Amino acid sequence: MHIMEGFIPPEWCILWYALTIPVLILGSLRLKKLLNTEHSKSMLAVAAGFIFVLSALKIPSVTGSCSHPTGTGVAVILFGPSITAVLSFIVLLYQALLLAHGGISTLGANTFSMGIVGPLCGWVVYRLFKKFSFKASIFFAAAVADIMTYVTTSLQLALAFPAFEGFEGIMFSFIRFLGIFAITQVPLAIIEAFLALTLVSYIFKYVGVGEGELWAQKA
Amino acid sequence: MGSKGLIFLILLLIASSEAQEWAGTDEKAEDLIKEINPDYEPWLSPIWEPPSGEIESLLFSVQAALGALLIGYILGYYRAKHARNA
Repeated sequence: MHIMEGFIPPEWCILWYALTIPVLILGSLRLKKLLNTEHSKSMLAVAAGFIFVLSALKIPSVTGSCSHPTGTGVAVILFGPSITAVLSFIVLLYQALLLAHGGISTLGANTFSMGIVGPLCGWVVYRLFKKFSFKASIFFAAAVADIMTYVTTSLQLALAFPAFEGFEGIMFSFIRFLGIFAITQVPLAIIEAFLALTLVSYIFKYVGVGEGELWAQKA
Repeated sequence: MGSKGLIFLILLLIASSEAQEWAGTDEKAEDLIKEINPDYEPWLSPIWEPPSGEIESLLFSVQAALGALLIGYILGYYRAKHARNA
């Protein structure tokens, strides 16, 4: 889902930065408040660690190409969307500077997809499913956060590169970019969902927080 | 589902489609951009790139190792604490 350095026109880079920065500010403020609560530092490290591990793994998929999961599901379940945006930003910055994956110009766009839209959709799914099934809510939250990140990237690229003039041109490109990203991502999202479910269940069991008392709600 | 299951799943994914390039989706998207708009020139290039594929995979490994270390250390701490209190 990394849009390469300089690969979307400057005006789009600015727009995605403009949408991302307020969320990062909100996330930093919440993060500051959160650090006073019990277990929060160590659980933040675990959530960030999960994003670090999963986004470093490029996994082959059914389409014959490789892609990586995002790992943002765990963070959003524990801490909510704005803090997840901050954690994703840190990982994307590391990859932009040291790995030439993504870039400084596209950091806003990439944080918007991986740190904001994806986790936000996962968060909504988690809140909706929580009443019915604990396990299903975590599983689908992680899978949806993963998939929606790639759907957003496809849309961002389609907006910058419509196949022809007008709305239909955008939709045409959107479907073509989805063809690259979304299908590849389905098996990876399922793998990610299993891992996220294992990790979150473990946290609830051993760290001693119940389903009802998540940091996301406290902060 | 344990790690064995995951590895099996990944192997199954590789085996299910034959003779592929296994390129990254990011590169495929780059090709599609060039196809849609052949005149587009990236207006910025990365400040620094890993000098070789080996160094790139090293840095990816460092990223994954750091994450795994954090998770393992902290979960191990809570696991032991839980066992002591039980």
